[in-house]
Amino acid sequence: MAHSGINVLFEGRNLIRLFGGLWTTIEIAAVALILGLILGVILGVLRTFQNRLLRVILRLYLEFFRIIPTVVLLFLFYYILPKQMGLNLLANEVATLVFALWTAAEMSDIVRGALISVPQHQRESGMAIGLSRWQLYRYVLIPQAVSLELPATINLVTRVIKTTSLLMLISVMDVINVGQQVVEANNQKYPTGVFWVYGIIFVMYFAIDYPLSWWAKRMDKKRLERANG
Amino acid sequence: MAKEVIKVANLEKYYQKRHVLHEINFSIHEGEVVTLLGPSGSGKSTLIRCLNGLEPYQKGDVIFNGEKVVPTEKNWQQIRQKIGMVFQSYDLFPNLTVLENILLGPVKVQHQSREEAKVNAERLLAQVGLQDYENVYPRQLSGGQKQRIAIVRALALKPELMLFDEVTASLDPEMVRGVLNIISNLAQDSNMTMIVVTHEMNFAQQIADRVLFLEDGHILEQTKGDQFFKQPQTDRAKAFLESMDF
Repeated sequence: MAHSGINVLFEGRNLIRLFGGLWTTIEIAAVALILGLILGVILGVLRTFQNRLLRVILRLYLEFFRIIPTVVLLFLFYYILPKQMGLNLLANEVATLVFALWTAAEMSDIVRGALISVPQHQRESGMAIGLSRWQLYRYVLIPQAVSLELPATINLVTRVIKTTSLLMLISVMDVINVGQQVVEANNQKYPTGVFWVYGIIFVMYFAIDYPLSWWAKRMDKKRLERANG
Repeated sequence: MAKEVIKVANLEKYYQKRHVLHEINFSIHEGEVVTLLGPSGSGKSTLIRCLNGLEPYQKGDVIFNGEKVVPTEKNWQQIRQKIGMVFQSYDLFPNLTVLENILLGPVKVQHQSREEAKVNAERLLAQVGLQDYENVYPRQLSGGQKQRIAIVRALALKPELMLFDEVTASLDPEMVRGVLNIISNLAQDSNMTMIVVTHEMNFAQQIADRVLFLEDGHILEQTKGDQFFKQPQTDRAKAFLESMDF
């Protein structure tokens, strides 16, 4: 066992570097999610308004981010923003921006769907006691939409976190990129290192995403129990 | 003569091409109880919903407290605080407790102090026999209880006019009486002005000062309550009453 591959992880600062990469991943995902979810709720609410122009614009925004693959979006923003618009962002910032806009687009659709599935009677009961449109959303529609949309939102969060694995393509030093470097640097000494490095990355992503998807499942079950009970 | 609370003048409503309310004219004075009767699809609910702006109308006017309503969303929102409405499907807000359901209007819309509104809410809850249910969620209540809370929620705004849209139509038979008693008490003890759409003929006879009989979006007759049930003026109303086994 002199050359057991697992030791690649404990060689030098490898493990610390991997966790550093993971931290970058988490940071980008967290900031993008916070911004994206907030923006998404606002856009989702706007998409339930009657204004035609507004709805068309927001719909185009949604489709743009949903149809174009995330990799393409990353490259577009990474190469075009500085060149065409003179906006020089760090790779991490571009990544955060793209993910936030993507999250917002997907979230707006989730929020819109949940809002329009709150029964029409609820809306009328709220209007009948004199609530303004803003109050109707604030006290009646959004709280009810949240419980409907929570599972889908958590699913979106896990998807966003997983997709951060594409960030190495625009040279963000995320956990995948660091892992790649560790593998290449130690290839001579640890030919099976690749297995262990990607193994630990698998464990890292799993440890973040699995509890979330477990939570989503539980929330949905609880909601159904409440609705039918 | 008591003051005129609401007046409807030459009101016409269309759903796209379909003409659902024709030439609606009536007025209601303070303390008066008017029931809207008529076969299903005659436009009773549509009419009552026009009175607080939940349905737009294409011609004519609603005049509330002597002022013509300019039908903008903002104006209706003001007026709805003075016109309470209770629906067939009760629709309490499931995300709020009974007390929060009741306080939402007074506190958020009318900016009453929470304490004051709460005292009033508790008094109203006691009146409908549900004083112990303040902190319960709607899903824990029976249909009849929900409907009583919905009445309290509307009354909490201290309305000048109450609209009841088939409020017992989706209740279990044994729950109906309790809800109807509350409405009768409201008419007798509080002298509330109200418009009641119902299919409960005994109840209608008991509370109606006046009956508006609708068919196909026309008001066929407006008759004093006691008279309508004994000798309706139109043959159509007579046939209607007979068909209701009344």
